Amino acid sequence: MSVAATGYNSAPGTHLTAYVNARMIDPASGYDGPGELLTQGGLIVDAGPKLFTDGVPAECEIIDCAGQVLCPGLIDMKVFVGEPGAEHKETLESASLAAAVGGVTTIITMPNTDPVIDDISLVEFLKRRARFGALVNVHPMAAATQGLQGIGMSEIGLMRQAGAVAFTDGERAIANAVLMRRILSYASRYDALIVQHVEEPMLAEGGCMNEGEIATRLGLTGIPDAAETIMLERDLRLVQLTGARYHADQLSCAASVEIMRAAKRQGLPVSCGVSAAHLALNENDVGNYRTFFKLSPPLRREEDRAALVAGVADGTIDVIVSGHNPQDQESKRLPFAQAATGGIGLETLLSVALGCFHNGHISLCDLLARMTTNPARLLGLPGGKLSKGQPADLTLFDPGKSWIVTHNQVRSKSKNTPFEDRHLQGVVLRTVVAGETGFIREEV
Amino acid sequence: MSNPGTQQAIRFPHRHLLGIKDLSAPDIDQILDLADSYVELNRQVDKKQNLLHGRTLINLFFEASTRTQSSFELAGKRLGADVLNMAVSNSALKKGETLIDTAMTLNALRPDLLVVRHQDSGAVELLAQKVDCAVINAGDGSNEHPTQALLDALTIRRRRGSLQGLLVAICGDILHSRVARSNIYLLNRMGARVRVVAPPTLLPAHIDRLGVEVHFDMREGLQDVDIVMMLRLQQERMHGAFVPSLREYFHFHGLDYEKLSRAKPDALIMHPGPMNRGVEIDSEVADDIDRSVIREQVEMGVAVRLAVLDLLSRNLPVNSSAAGAK
Repeated sequence: MSVAATGYNSAPGTHLTAYVNARMIDPASGYDGPGELLTQGGLIVDAGPKLFTDGVPAECEIIDCAGQVLCPGLIDMKVFVGEPGAEHKETLESASLAAAVGGVTTIITMPNTDPVIDDISLVEFLKRRARFGALVNVHPMAAATQGLQGIGMSEIGLMRQAGAVAFTDGERAIANAVLMRRILSYASRYDALIVQHVEEPMLAEGGCMNEGEIATRLGLTGIPDAAETIMLERDLRLVQLTGARYHADQLSCAASVEIMRAAKRQGLPVSCGVSAAHLALNENDVGNYRTFFKLSPPLRREEDRAALVAGVADGTIDVIVSGHNPQDQESKRLPFAQAATGGIGLETLLSVALGCFHNGHISLCDLLARMTTNPARLLGLPGGKLSKGQPADLTLFDPGKSWIVTHNQVRSKSKNTPFEDRHLQGVVLRTVVAGETGFIREEV
Repeated sequence: MSNPGTQQAIRFPHRHLLGIKDLSAPDIDQILDLADSYVELNRQVDKKQNLLHGRTLINLFFEASTRTQSSFELAGKRLGADVLNMAVSNSALKKGETLIDTAMTLNALRPDLLVVRHQDSGAVELLAQKVDCAVINAGDGSNEHPTQALLDALTIRRRRGSLQGLLVAICGDILHSRVARSNIYLLNRMGARVRVVAPPTLLPAHIDRLGVEVHFDMREGLQDVDIVMMLRLQQERMHGAFVPSLREYFHFHGLDYEKLSRAKPDALIMHPGPMNRGVEIDSEVADDIDRSVIREQVEMGVAVRLAVLDLLSRNLPVNSSAAGAK
């Protein structure tokens, strides 16, 4: 493997690149078939089944895709980076490297850093740092409340102008119902998306895994499903009151999928996500206090996992995220209740999500929509489609090839992957950001 | 007197004692048989053995304890080990850092046996992964307290001959209790039937899946039982959060003669201590010499810990170089 030395932003230029012999999947149009694609500089010039009947233009770099899948670069809507404040866990640079290796060309960063991203200067700081240090596109989500304290509204309008793509309190729920109502109401005027961590904090207090038999056997405090469904249902009522755009960042249980399904049937402007880990794992993986499986929301029962997969398949769940949350050894090698929550996921996002396709639950095209077209649409970002004028953010991958996740190969600064030593199917071959190859796998 | 264990063919296939979950019925029988023979040793004037001569036992308690710690200390000393008590204050440092740091420090002291109590479930197991010596769980969070369940079993067995077929009610704060969990696992494994009796707020989710009958009402729960095990209600859980008040708790869940009358006439009363008299148990019931075996439990505690130290020490490496620091 090697990674291009320079960031994608250097010299937008007019360099032509032709991608030939691809299985092209464009979730935006639903196309899945043989395809060719031409980029110039940072943009897509054209894409179609057969572009180069008269031969590839002169002075054009040719990339032979060898029949593998070429799709819009993945957009990951939930990534925690350690920058600023916890650079020993992850920097923008290391996160963007992990993203590129995982076929992710755009990451949306969470605001719970130190300091919290709750001010235009910090939004600008992040964007500036990303421009110089990151291999992929970085867009910050900003705090919905000042300092994530859940007391006062942050400067949603100003930060929206500065480039914050959505507003959230990260892994904290906006618990105060009046404040949430006002945030939704205020944000609607700027068409800003409010992203909620759907967990009623008092019901979840002290909890560290799913409430149920396994938690009881381990002597751990559980978090009931109801902590999630109560917050979700409350928020949906507030959306009815305010008409704001609302996104539940991660569902974890079957009941929530059912609630969202009904809300969408009613036509509410709501959407939701799920982490790839929650589509592949369940509470049994916690085993004997394995802290790499301590996630937020918690992994739940097998029935819940199956319902989440079904929700992804029928479109109730709009996006699949990595929930990438780097934690160092010191934060994870602790008694379970004290250990930090979260697992890294950028490098395994695509492969883990592909499990839904390999198990026959969803078409490849629909699955990719959850990681490309849908997040782009929700966040109002360019990309997520293969058509003229779109950014040349591309992912080339072999959906069938298997690999084993090993500690040493992890590019993220923190190694807390719940998929360590697992076999996964689907290998990213090349990641292109704004026309420049950010990652290419060489050993294949 | 010779070492009580030498006459028996002993095979105890465990390096640590982390929980009852890991033990088979023969393992448990073996511990109880050996403990039984140690009861006699404890009643002699000369209680000293040299089985653990030259060995070092460290008591590492992150949570305060009187009876568990002192009975491990006595057991270690009676077997001839050097015993070091370490009470770790968890006020200054973050608890987890203390745990790992302390584990590494202790390992360098090269103990042979480490007895650990910690306020977090799973903490003792985590520590066992980091040290080279045999680790004994003296209580971790709400997970397990295996030697308590073993001493309870020994107490019952000496009174009733066997655990098989007995009906046992465990009453009180099941939710936070490691004693309850270890006892449920042990009693089920040994063929007893278990009921838990508590207000719903003090029962963990899906407790029935652990193979117990669930009762909210003491009178129903105690009907025809052979053994009544009372659990301690912790001070911080008494007021408002889990039960409305002490007097309401005592009224409905405290063990008094009236409720006890539902149990079999010869039912034994047990309590792991320390007791809250007038909260979970009426003082008179607790002191009833015909029914209460609470003080006997304490005596059996030393015998069980002697047996556990004895069994685990048989699996310790004899060659010093085998126990090098990692």
